[in-house]
Amino acid sequence: MAIRKVCGVETEYGIVLRGGGESNPIAASSLLINAYVSSLQRNVGWDFEDESPGTDARGFQAEGSMPPEVETHLVNAVLTNGARYYVDHAHPECSTPECSDAREVAVWDRAAEQILVQSMAAAGAILPAGQELVVHKNNSDGKGNSYGCHENYLMDRAVPFSRIVNGIMPFFVTRQLFTGAGKVGTEAVGLTTSDVPFQLSSRADFFEEEVGLETTLKRPLVNTRDEPHCDAQKYRRLHVIVGDANMSEVATYLKVGTTAIVLAMIEDDELQRDLSLMNPVAALRRVSYDLSLGLVLDLADHTRMTALDLQWQYLGYAKKWAESRGLESVGEEVGADVLQRWEATLEALETDPASLATTVDWVAKRSLLSAYAERDGLAWDSPKLKALDLQYHDLRPGRCLAARLGLERISSDDEVARAVTEPPTTTRAYFRGKCLQRFASSIVAANWDSLVFDIGGDPLRRVPMMEPLKGTAAMVDDLLDSCATPAELLDRLGA
Amino acid sequence: MPEREQIKREAPARKEAETVEEVPAGSEKGEKLKAEMDDLLDEIDEVLESNSEDFVRGYVQKGGQ
Repeated sequence: MAIRKVCGVETEYGIVLRGGGESNPIAASSLLINAYVSSLQRNVGWDFEDESPGTDARGFQAEGSMPPEVETHLVNAVLTNGARYYVDHAHPECSTPECSDAREVAVWDRAAEQILVQSMAAAGAILPAGQELVVHKNNSDGKGNSYGCHENYLMDRAVPFSRIVNGIMPFFVTRQLFTGAGKVGTEAVGLTTSDVPFQLSSRADFFEEEVGLETTLKRPLVNTRDEPHCDAQKYRRLHVIVGDANMSEVATYLKVGTTAIVLAMIEDDELQRDLSLMNPVAALRRVSYDLSLGLVLDLADHTRMTALDLQWQYLGYAKKWAESRGLESVGEEVGADVLQRWEATLEALETDPASLATTVDWVAKRSLLSAYAERDGLAWDSPKLKALDLQYHDLRPGRCLAARLGLERISSDDEVARAVTEPPTTTRAYFRGKCLQRFASSIVAANWDSLVFDIGGDPLRRVPMMEPLKGTAAMVDDLLDSCATPAELLDRLGA
Repeated sequence: MPEREQIKREAPARKEAETVEEVPAGSEKGEKLKAEMDDLLDEIDEVLESNSEDFVRGYVQKGGQ
């Protein structure tokens, strides 16, 4: 039986300092996050003890492949909503707390955007007049430099990694039909805007391998980082680097919801057919470049299908899987809704893609840019269209073009405002967030799978949180309510 | 989307396709959509960066993950 697909996303945002001449992006990111954290007057550092990003899911430590730098000197904060907010690779990055379904991810991802918006405002209060920090939720600068929006899914360690790779890769190649954020032109070497005026995905240009540990060079379709941040005997965390950062909440919801379903189905070994592609890396780009959606791909078994056909296959298997196994692993209600929306989206892609302009980012962006180009007689290589593309992702409330296109919402404003400071109730993020709300001054470090307390006198005391589904509101609310001090809490926990 | 090829093919494992509601060009609905889009473009003109082309040119990020 598939285990609960605990999930989350971590987004690296683009950042520029305007009005300040040449700026250092690490300094700019630090200033942004520090401004936010200072405005909260609370700062708990990150505990790196259990981080081992160089460990490979295929069972070996990679040689000649450096794990990402652990930049301990950089800003690294844990928030009361259970999220982690930090500087990574010269970008501000925010990881949502662990969520128990796709809907929660959509809400806490939107909350992360709000945190960035509030950070820009907090930085604005510190910066000299005429200077401004501007944050974009995008995936590249249009000049070949890319940064990611990664997803994470909890998987049963017992499932062979090769089954996950084979099962998920064709899905990753084709889900961009509805998860793509869209992009004017291409950043692939040797191609220009006349070859690729517009493409479905903003990230597809940057993938060069099928499977691997890298995230910054030679990026692989399936990433093998084996760093579960929980009980490694029981679980793995599938780290997905192939997705776009979405402005559309529905796109985030569908991206995470459909991927969680497919992974649960793979875990149950109910993917009825090997859909492996002959050349998945090339297919990722070709699908992204094919606005007709009619391109036919070669499968390894010598049959041929379009990306849409492949998605219909996955959906068909998913519906059968849901009937036979139920949807508990992805959340009953959310799972059923995702299946319905997935089907409606595929139907719309087949019959009238333009009708998805309020849910699918690339469609929304393309219809706006097409209308603009038509009105002003612009060609696709016009810098003006690139500017519109960039500004689609601008997080400044007055400037964000995505916010003006009437994109359908999954969350309510109240819910998002709450999620800026409140953790999901359904995972261990609840315990982390509530402890930070109540006992921040006694918490010296936090990590995904532990909290470290300093209650004076004694040695530091570490509370391990190795089970992502323990520490929920249902499990710890009574305990937390009955403890007036962190010392009491630690005694009750036996930590 | 004009360049979309209308290929009729058997999509595996899916329901019968529903009938497509076509919006003929020049219809009332089409006109309304166009008027809405024109208003939207005007609105967007007002919030576009005044020096947007320079901004795009100067927008350089370090590669990340």
